[in-house]
Amino acid sequence: MDAILFFLFAAIAVVSAINVVVQRHPISSALSLVGVMGSLAVLYLLLGAEFIAAAQMIVYAGAIMVLFVFVIMLLNAGAEKSPRKGWILTAVAMPLLVLFLGMVSYIIQRGFPNAPLVVFGQFTGGSPKDVGMALFTRYLLPFEITSVLILIAIIGAVVLARKEME
Amino acid sequence: MLVNFTPPSASEYIRVLPEILLTVGGTILMIAEGLAGERHRRGLAPMALAFLLLALGGAVVAGMDPGPAFNNMLTVDGYATFFRLLVLIVGILSVLISGSYLTRENADSADYYALILFSLCGQSILASANELIMVFIGLEISSIATYVLAGFLRNDKRNNEAAIKYFLLGSFATAFLLYGVGWIYGVTGTTNLQEIHRFLTSSESVYSPLLVSACAAMMFVGFAFKVSAAPFQGWAPDVYQGAPAPVSAFMTAAPKAAAFAVFLRVYSIAFSGLTERWQPILWVSAMATMVIGNFAALRQDNIKRMLAYSSVAHAGYVMVAVVAHSEAGVAAAMFYLASYAFMNLGAFAIVTHYVGKGERYVGIDDMAGYARQQPLIAALFTWFLLSLIGVPLTGGFFGKFYVFKSAIDSNLIWLTVLGLLNSAVAAYYYLRIIVVMYFHEPTNETGAAGPVPAGVRLALIGSAIGVFVLGVMPSAVLEFANRSAMLSR
Repeated sequence: MDAILFFLFAAIAVVSAINVVVQRHPISSALSLVGVMGSLAVLYLLLGAEFIAAAQMIVYAGAIMVLFVFVIMLLNAGAEKSPRKGWILTAVAMPLLVLFLGMVSYIIQRGFPNAPLVVFGQFTGGSPKDVGMALFTRYLLPFEITSVLILIAIIGAVVLARKEME
Repeated sequence: MLVNFTPPSASEYIRVLPEILLTVGGTILMIAEGLAGERHRRGLAPMALAFLLLALGGAVVAGMDPGPAFNNMLTVDGYATFFRLLVLIVGILSVLISGSYLTRENADSADYYALILFSLCGQSILASANELIMVFIGLEISSIATYVLAGFLRNDKRNNEAAIKYFLLGSFATAFLLYGVGWIYGVTGTTNLQEIHRFLTSSESVYSPLLVSACAAMMFVGFAFKVSAAPFQGWAPDVYQGAPAPVSAFMTAAPKAAAFAVFLRVYSIAFSGLTERWQPILWVSAMATMVIGNFAALRQDNIKRMLAYSSVAHAGYVMVAVVAHSEAGVAAAMFYLASYAFMNLGAFAIVTHYVGKGERYVGIDDMAGYARQQPLIAALFTWFLLSLIGVPLTGGFFGKFYVFKSAIDSNLIWLTVLGLLNSAVAAYYYLRIIVVMYFHEPTNETGAAGPVPAGVRLALIGSAIGVFVLGVMPSAVLEFANRSAMLSR
């Protein structure tokens, strides 16, 4: 049962992820991304990381994707035109991509020869309480410093988007 | 879990004093601009300088009581203090040369100085990071601030190109780094550098060396991008050429030094057990970085682009010290980065002033006859260029000397030979500027830079003294570097 759920949602995640890249229209890409986020949330849940799963749904699939779609519609972005010299890039990139994916899967295969299958409920420690405890004790400094990171991102957006300087 | 938790002690807060001061300073700068209004913008640069000096003091105070902080997230040792002081000094020099440039481009604003301060905060974290999570966050703070700084003059197309290239490629490289961090956590169950080292060298732990090598390789992609080492150096010339000149000066010195600091720390602590696997790859990368940087610089007519390729080449020399993988190598890299910061900032300070409004005079030929207009500045420029070549009595000479000495001590004879040949090639393009300045007649087309503003003058004096001290009395700095090169595993 767990394995079936895992493979089902892993497949949905991969297919949606490919779809994000393949789709020509930004809205279709964004909606495929929602599929990736949603199926990832299920995978987290299968691993017992319930808080991360909920955060994934609320923050990524919810808030951030709404923002994405909102911005795309605001900019009125149409379907992208295919670049002229596309086929040369594709001819070079595709074998490289296949090579990279093959290498990664080979390494994972060799690295974890008999990795155990996911078992629902085997991992505990993903509750909001556990996450909060780790975040505010051991990982206190990274947690605080992340606020500087977000502040920088806001300042950067304001700097690049403010009115013309004269 | 709650039972084991002890709140961070006062001394742990002192160990992150520079970061605290920089963050507070950046925030106050932005608020101050809003309160004081547009007319008081001249006060922004001195204010930023004051905060940087405070942070410099903070770094010294933090360095006096070394130890870990916040559950081993950071470790303040001599090595961290060295790099913290280095990036803060680079920050001070960059702010000094920025004031007149921003006024000339009519772009004075607190955001610029705040971004420099925040970027330095990220680099200060990188210098002391002892945990891959902190490495990632520090790298992102430092990078995002520099992405924005590279595109600070939004009406300039070159700025836009630099920012978008740097941002897209940089994010891609960081993604590789993060993927590597994720895998290493999957293999070892920890992100702490010492614990990774302990896991990888312990005879009891079971893991696949292939998988760990893949982690090291993916993290190499991220770090090599940030230090502009081959084959991930492609962005550097475009970004350093397109960004505003004082920002290029800052980017070639501070983020690069901090990235090397964390690169060295991660590879010599966490991956020290796998040296024979990563050393050949870094060997090739160091060689390629030197060759690409130097030979591409030969063909440049744009002075900023030439200095950008020279910056790639110098990253290659530091990579030689990384490949050496010894305490002497770490010390040599520290010394080299310090001397490079001074000579490069000095050279860029003059370029910042010379290019004029809208960066019109960026050709090397535009410097024709500069020695007659401004003999003193031309002499200083010559001094920095000689140091970049590595002429004795300059900081650059001892930098190269220690790097190649550490390489020979680690039996990297061929790499040393290649490095020495490369530095001979490099002499050509640096000397070319000197020849143009002293022996070419100025034409109507060439720029006529006015008197040098006080800030640039101060920065020039500071950099010249730095190059001189490192070139004549290298022992004091080298001794400190040697003492702090022993990274605790």
